[in-house]
Amino acid sequence: MDTIKLTIDNKQLEVEKGTSIYNAAKSIGIDIPVLCYMSMKDLCIENKPAGCRICVVEVEGRRNLAPSCSTDCQDNMVVRTHTPRVLNARKTVLEFILSDHPKDCLVCPKSGHCELQDMAVKMGIRKIPGEEIAEMSTYRLDTSPSIIRDLDKCIMCRRCETMCNEVQTVGALSAVNRGFYAAVAPAFEQNLEHSPCTYCGQCVAVCPTGALTEVDHTPEVMTHLADPKKTVVVQTAPAVRAALGEEFGLEPGTLVTGKMVTALRQLGFDYVFDTDFAADLTIMEEGTELLNRLSAHLKGDKEIRLPILTSCCPGWVNFFETYFPDLKNVPSTSKSPQQMFGAIAKSYFAEKKEIRREDMVVVSIMPCLAKKYECQRDEFSVDGNPDVDLSISTRELAAFIKQANIDFDSLPEGEFDNPLGESTGAGVIFGATGGVIEAAARTAYEMHTGKNLEKVDFEQLRGMDGVREATVDFDGLPINIGIAHGLGNARKLLDDVRSGKSKYHAIEIMACPGGCIGGGGQPQHHGQTEILKARAAAIYTEDKNKKIRKSHENPFIKELYSTYLGEPNSELAHKLLHTKYFDKKKKIIVNQ
Amino acid sequence: MSGYSMHLLVCGGTGCRASHSEEIEFKLRNELEKRNLEDTVKVLSTGCFGFCEKGPIVKVMPDNTFYTGVTPGDAEDIIAEHVVLGRTVSRLIYEDPSSKEKVPDSKKMGFSKKQLRIALRNCGFINPENINEYIAREGYMALGNVITDISPEDATRLVKDSGLRGRGGAGFSTGLKWELTAATPSDEKYVVCNADEGDPGAFMDRSILEGDPHNVLEAMAICGYCIGADKGLIYIRAEYPLAIERLKTAIKQAREYGLLGKNIMGSDFSFDIELKYGAGAFVCGEETALIHSMEGLRGEPSLKPPFPSVKGYNGKPTNVNNVETLANVPIIFLKGADWFSSIGTEKSKGTKVFALAGKINNVGLIEVPMGTTLREVIFEIGGGIKDGKKFKAVQTGGPSGGCLTENHLDTPIDFDNLIEAGSMMGSGGMIVMDEDDCMVSVAKFYLDFTVEESCGKCAPCRIGNKRLYELLDHICSGKGKVEVLDRLRLMSEVIKDTSLCGLGQTSPNPVLSTLDNFYDEYHAHVSDKKCPAGQCKDLMEYFIIEENCVGCTACARVCPVNAITGERKKPHEINQDICIKCGACMEKCKFDAIIIQ
Repeated sequence: MDTIKLTIDNKQLEVEKGTSIYNAAKSIGIDIPVLCYMSMKDLCIENKPAGCRICVVEVEGRRNLAPSCSTDCQDNMVVRTHTPRVLNARKTVLEFILSDHPKDCLVCPKSGHCELQDMAVKMGIRKIPGEEIAEMSTYRLDTSPSIIRDLDKCIMCRRCETMCNEVQTVGALSAVNRGFYAAVAPAFEQNLEHSPCTYCGQCVAVCPTGALTEVDHTPEVMTHLADPKKTVVVQTAPAVRAALGEEFGLEPGTLVTGKMVTALRQLGFDYVFDTDFAADLTIMEEGTELLNRLSAHLKGDKEIRLPILTSCCPGWVNFFETYFPDLKNVPSTSKSPQQMFGAIAKSYFAEKKEIRREDMVVVSIMPCLAKKYECQRDEFSVDGNPDVDLSISTRELAAFIKQANIDFDSLPEGEFDNPLGESTGAGVIFGATGGVIEAAARTAYEMHTGKNLEKVDFEQLRGMDGVREATVDFDGLPINIGIAHGLGNARKLLDDVRSGKSKYHAIEIMACPGGCIGGGGQPQHHGQTEILKARAAAIYTEDKNKKIRKSHENPFIKELYSTYLGEPNSELAHKLLHTKYFDKKKKIIVNQ
Repeated sequence: MSGYSMHLLVCGGTGCRASHSEEIEFKLRNELEKRNLEDTVKVLSTGCFGFCEKGPIVKVMPDNTFYTGVTPGDAEDIIAEHVVLGRTVSRLIYEDPSSKEKVPDSKKMGFSKKQLRIALRNCGFINPENINEYIAREGYMALGNVITDISPEDATRLVKDSGLRGRGGAGFSTGLKWELTAATPSDEKYVVCNADEGDPGAFMDRSILEGDPHNVLEAMAICGYCIGADKGLIYIRAEYPLAIERLKTAIKQAREYGLLGKNIMGSDFSFDIELKYGAGAFVCGEETALIHSMEGLRGEPSLKPPFPSVKGYNGKPTNVNNVETLANVPIIFLKGADWFSSIGTEKSKGTKVFALAGKINNVGLIEVPMGTTLREVIFEIGGGIKDGKKFKAVQTGGPSGGCLTENHLDTPIDFDNLIEAGSMMGSGGMIVMDEDDCMVSVAKFYLDFTVEESCGKCAPCRIGNKRLYELLDHICSGKGKVEVLDRLRLMSEVIKDTSLCGLGQTSPNPVLSTLDNFYDEYHAHVSDKKCPAGQCKDLMEYFIIEENCVGCTACARVCPVNAITGERKKPHEINQDICIKCGACMEKCKFDAIIIQ
């Protein structure tokens, strides 16, 4: 290993060749402030345009200041990170940035979580010189079903652009205009809705300011809760319980399932259910579909296309409808757990409780922003009444709990209601990358072989590598499984499927890096991969703690089939739990 | 040129074409045909002569008669008088602005005397659309010699020994750049000619490409041989249609002659050139931004290292040289490194082309040896300040440069001296200012340009320059307090110190150099609320001197906003609340009764 010796703030150190000054300083406890820089190496995410110039440092012998995030250490380099020249430059540059940023922090959705606000505090900014004569660059507000773009608050850190183009390969966002009016926007500054955006929300997940935020649906939820005629049912996705605690100062990875249930009940929801139940249901439908396709394929049916692709991630569904519409018959037709839940709640459960469809409101708590768009899709409603009325993110739920002056940390542990609150470990692991396919494997194995699966932990399917693969032995039948998280990784697998080169029988795809735990609706991770890893670990802990860990063993799932649906993939199951996909290839509309 | 006893060279550059030089050409031919002289006298369209102020230009060879300001209507006289009767057409002869003498011989004109044309040697001399004329001037001989007799290493060393430095602005050693690109191992390398000329008022690159395109093609091929590239790209702005046309013609001709393409001159060396068009963003002159633009990405710079010599176009080692730099290369091989390095100063060798502009008599494109003083350029070549006004400052280096004063007039021009004086060479823009120019407004003008041309990638350039501009505007409008001058300097210094690329690192130079050299003028704006040059409208008032005013009412009648009142034959008065300071009254007054304060 090539190493480099250098001096930072009079401390000598040795680092690996190719280490940036920023990382070298960090290794000896010097925390150089950064704004645009973001690095999540394990997930192959790196944003370093060297654009904000906040991280500048003095390097002896160099004419100007060096951006520490993107300047590599050199032998015998002498670096100073807090000389008056450096501090003055940082403060002045920050004043520049703030001079072109709205000062309405009090009413900004990012207030309290804003990295720019934190930076202003850190640098001790008291006033912005020349503010009275400073023009602001302003842009029109753009609202889509999931995401709001308020470019007045864009600081051109380019993180969203990196996520959208390099990580997700969606290509909805890039820099537009030049100079003072430069900002990140869809091509021709059209609305996000007319761009290839998948609403994965990864742009929102990394935005340091309030430029990109979710559409807040809590006010509508409150209205329904206040309406005595309405039965308001809530479902919570698996990844929410692994991250919600962070919003209340708990350590990342703290499971708060019970407290969350209590909080929801205190907020006034009539039934607190679990999307994990619907996840188990998804496994029944998707697993059966897989086995059916597989056996038809093995019998030589040329009509059958393999691999089967999971379809529970709405960002991913939007992605293939936009970029791979020719493959729209390849993914499983199973609806996502959110939509399966809605369909069952407003049919099976509503009938059981004798609640009229229009009197029932289904709210979902999701780690995801694409879910907001998903529940608004036309095909997921009956006579204009949606199966899921409203979807709010983990962050929105946290804000709701705070508004309702609930002391989250001291809440007692609650239990989900039945029948749609009971779930297995298989349903829980939907929240992490590889979880859906692992859950499917647990059930499909037993369905196919008729044997009991002793070892339910498929460790080979877990992890954070962007593309993973494993072969699972179905009692002599090797099943090739592919897993991708992050749409850029998905694209690689999809290209192979399109060209017929794919060797897999089944592929799980999650739009967000890390899976739902890293979703666009989760508490901000500010580029810290460790947070995502802690959330994933929490998910697997919850799975381990569950008495039942295979979806088909969920007693309420069994009851649902025996008393209502018949069997997986039955006619009624198809009507309620399956969907179809559309060609949504985007045509650029200019000047709309 | 044999076979003809006389040649009429008509400037075919963009400037003269805009003033109908094509029609002049056509009429000249017509007149010759009428007199059956078309086989004796040849009319040629050439590249730019440089003396654009007095265009369109027609030069008669062999006697060097230099006709200026020619119109199509003058064609008959030039043929009938000069060609047939041998009498010069006196009204078209250049008149020296100081001596008022007519100077027919171009070599004796003050404009030409101190010039030494190396990069421009063929401009205004050959027909750029005919490769044979270039070849007749030893064109492609350097390429032939290099690829047959000299190793790439030796050829690169020769460029390095010549002392040639990049003419695009930074002044980096050309030979060293070639050496660095040559030293990076790769299966593919590129030679890029940077023709994204963007400094306001600078047009040397355009003139070279329009007037002598083969010179640049030959240089690129030589560079390709030296660094091991078989592909050349010319990044040229789409606003240069004539240059593009001429390059296309030149590339086609060179391919036909086997001077570009596979196995040039039967050797193992292959090299071809493609054009890439820019959309006219100034920042794309910065080499990393240029490369991104060529790749189809947003034209914005990225951090160096990695330098293009290591990782450039398509991730491959790329050598980027400016047009003027390349235009010096072939002749260095023909005349030797010693010859080239004998011209110029210790650290800046050869010549530099400047685009002279502003309040100067002879506006145009000039080429002088490094080491020529500003005084020689402005007062001898440039013919001094217009209308006998007083010289105030000269701005060199375009928006990245600074303003130099009378104290710097005897500074020999070279890369290092200009930087030491607080400005820079840049691409060679030179704008002369007189006593009527307000230096705060000049700084504001340049900042306006930078704000417009910043790509927006880094915060100090994107926002800082805008704030600088706003503050300058604030000062010009008389609202600034004395403290803002410190703020102006602080912001300028931070922008320079923190910006990502050369654009932001130099954009505050016009502010800093005017603050250094004309502090009193800034001070007058903020403390006395006066603009000493009388340029800042918000800081001046038009007054009528009672004693001088005869009450002719001319001023009142010309005032567009009826701000002037008064009875006939009695002194008039200007209502300052209404006055928009257009100056129409002062222009109209025959009695010097109106003054600015």
